[in-house]
Amino acid sequence: MQQEPVTPPNAWNRSRDFVAFWRQTLAVAEADVRKLGHDPVELLTRMTQPALWLLVFGQVFTHAKIIPTGGISYVDFIAPGILAQSVLFIAIFYGISVIWERDLGILQKFLVSPASRYALVLGRSLSAGVRGLSQAFIVYVLAFILGVHLRLDLGSITTVLAAVMTGSAIFSTFSLIAACIVKTRERFMGIGQVLTMPLFFTSNAIYPLSMMPSWLRSISRMNPLTYQIDAIRSTMIEGSQSIFGSGVDFAVMLAILALLIAIATKLYPNIIK
Amino acid sequence: MADKQQSADAVAVETFGLNRRFGSLVAVDNLNLRVTSSASFGLLGTNGAGKSTTIKMLTTLLPPSIGTARVAGFDIIREPQEVRKNIGYVSQMLSADGELTGYENLLISAKLYGIPKMEREKRIKQALDFMELSRVASMLVSHYSGGMIRRLEIAQSMLHHPAILFLDEPTVGLDPVAKHSVWQRIRYLRQEFGTTIFMTTHDMDEADKLCDRVAFMYQGRIVAMDSPVKLKNTIGPEATLDDVFIQCTGTSIDERGDYRDAARTRHTAERVE
Repeated sequence: MQQEPVTPPNAWNRSRDFVAFWRQTLAVAEADVRKLGHDPVELLTRMTQPALWLLVFGQVFTHAKIIPTGGISYVDFIAPGILAQSVLFIAIFYGISVIWERDLGILQKFLVSPASRYALVLGRSLSAGVRGLSQAFIVYVLAFILGVHLRLDLGSITTVLAAVMTGSAIFSTFSLIAACIVKTRERFMGIGQVLTMPLFFTSNAIYPLSMMPSWLRSISRMNPLTYQIDAIRSTMIEGSQSIFGSGVDFAVMLAILALLIAIATKLYPNIIK
Repeated sequence: MADKQQSADAVAVETFGLNRRFGSLVAVDNLNLRVTSSASFGLLGTNGAGKSTTIKMLTTLLPPSIGTARVAGFDIIREPQEVRKNIGYVSQMLSADGELTGYENLLISAKLYGIPKMEREKRIKQALDFMELSRVASMLVSHYSGGMIRRLEIAQSMLHHPAILFLDEPTVGLDPVAKHSVWQRIRYLRQEFGTTIFMTTHDMDEADKLCDRVAFMYQGRIVAMDSPVKLKNTIGPEATLDDVFIQCTGTSIDERGDYRDAARTRHTAERVE
């Protein structure tokens, strides 16, 4: 770098950059959250899908008793899976809003600002995480009404919410990467459809890993959704055991998230070209 | 910060053999120009002449294929972050977010540009007053008129008091009254803050009224560059900038551009109606 301006000592500089970085990240997320506040209809319409899964699908299979759920009822088993699934379905289409903002010109405004590219991407995944929280609220309420055996202590709820936000961040960043590659809304819609169902069906959302044929189990172990569901299920439901252990679940999720954010940051400026 | 930069170096923008290719198309071809601080410079040309591509390179949105430029004393390739801190940019498209209020749009910008909390509210209030938007500050921008949106966008791009303001077709699609109100404010910014204005337009009248130097761009190259008065004098006493343009390029300003350019211009025009 040439012409570097006279700088204060390094430590001060770094802490100042750090504060600026988080302020920018939060500003990106804030824009999105404020939009949700202006138009909460979106949140209401998104209640229907998890409600259907829990009220219809869950109820039927609870009575059928054909899925081995490790000592908990099927509706107990499926509630965390449906929470993760509804978060996934929202997050995976996140990229389309980025393409939309690019077409309008809003994105360019963010890119000419001095905000770090990491802050722009991280802010996006954070706001996707906040959207995920609203789904968690809905599923908790429905599950409570249905008599699901919930762990309602603060620690459990906090862990579940952390897993929801992390998963949301993972899939929205994944979606952002897809958007940066395909660049048009039409192509993106196709990709979104292609991605969601395989992710859902190769996870442990509605049936346990133990029921899967071994090839599917291997795929499932590479699916971040599996780890998210494992973390949620083992902390949300009374009497449920974790397969991998919460520590492993979160470690895998955070590693994937870090990798995706690094890739998205590289690709993000390309979306306007 | 901006003032220091200007006194040390009276050149606001300087390009060195700037070139941008898209596949086999040369959008900007060996561009060399210099804009002094506090000047008002207009890049004129038809749709597809390379004006927007030039402005995207100067604002660090698009990397050049060959060559480079210094903007506000910083290199656009090696010091993009420093360039971004010192410029404001109003894109041809509508960059204000319709799903947020006018106040919120300004607030998010202020946070992205790291304007300190104490200063933030004051600057936002000043900007709203100056742009005559205080009355509608808490209204969603999707209910604004075209002229109001443009004024808001200029306010957003000026919040951090940049040394150089880039305006890409600032009045495209606006009615004459709105146009004049935007012109008036651009003039004021220049007088009050000594802001360098770098604008593109294909409105000859706009260039004549706002710019003290203009360059005609044709097929990616600059074919003439001088003050509007001098350019007109080369043709004759009654000449307009239109006449000069036809003389230089053999074509009228409205006759070129492809489907995409036309679609974009109309789209912007439609949204500001």
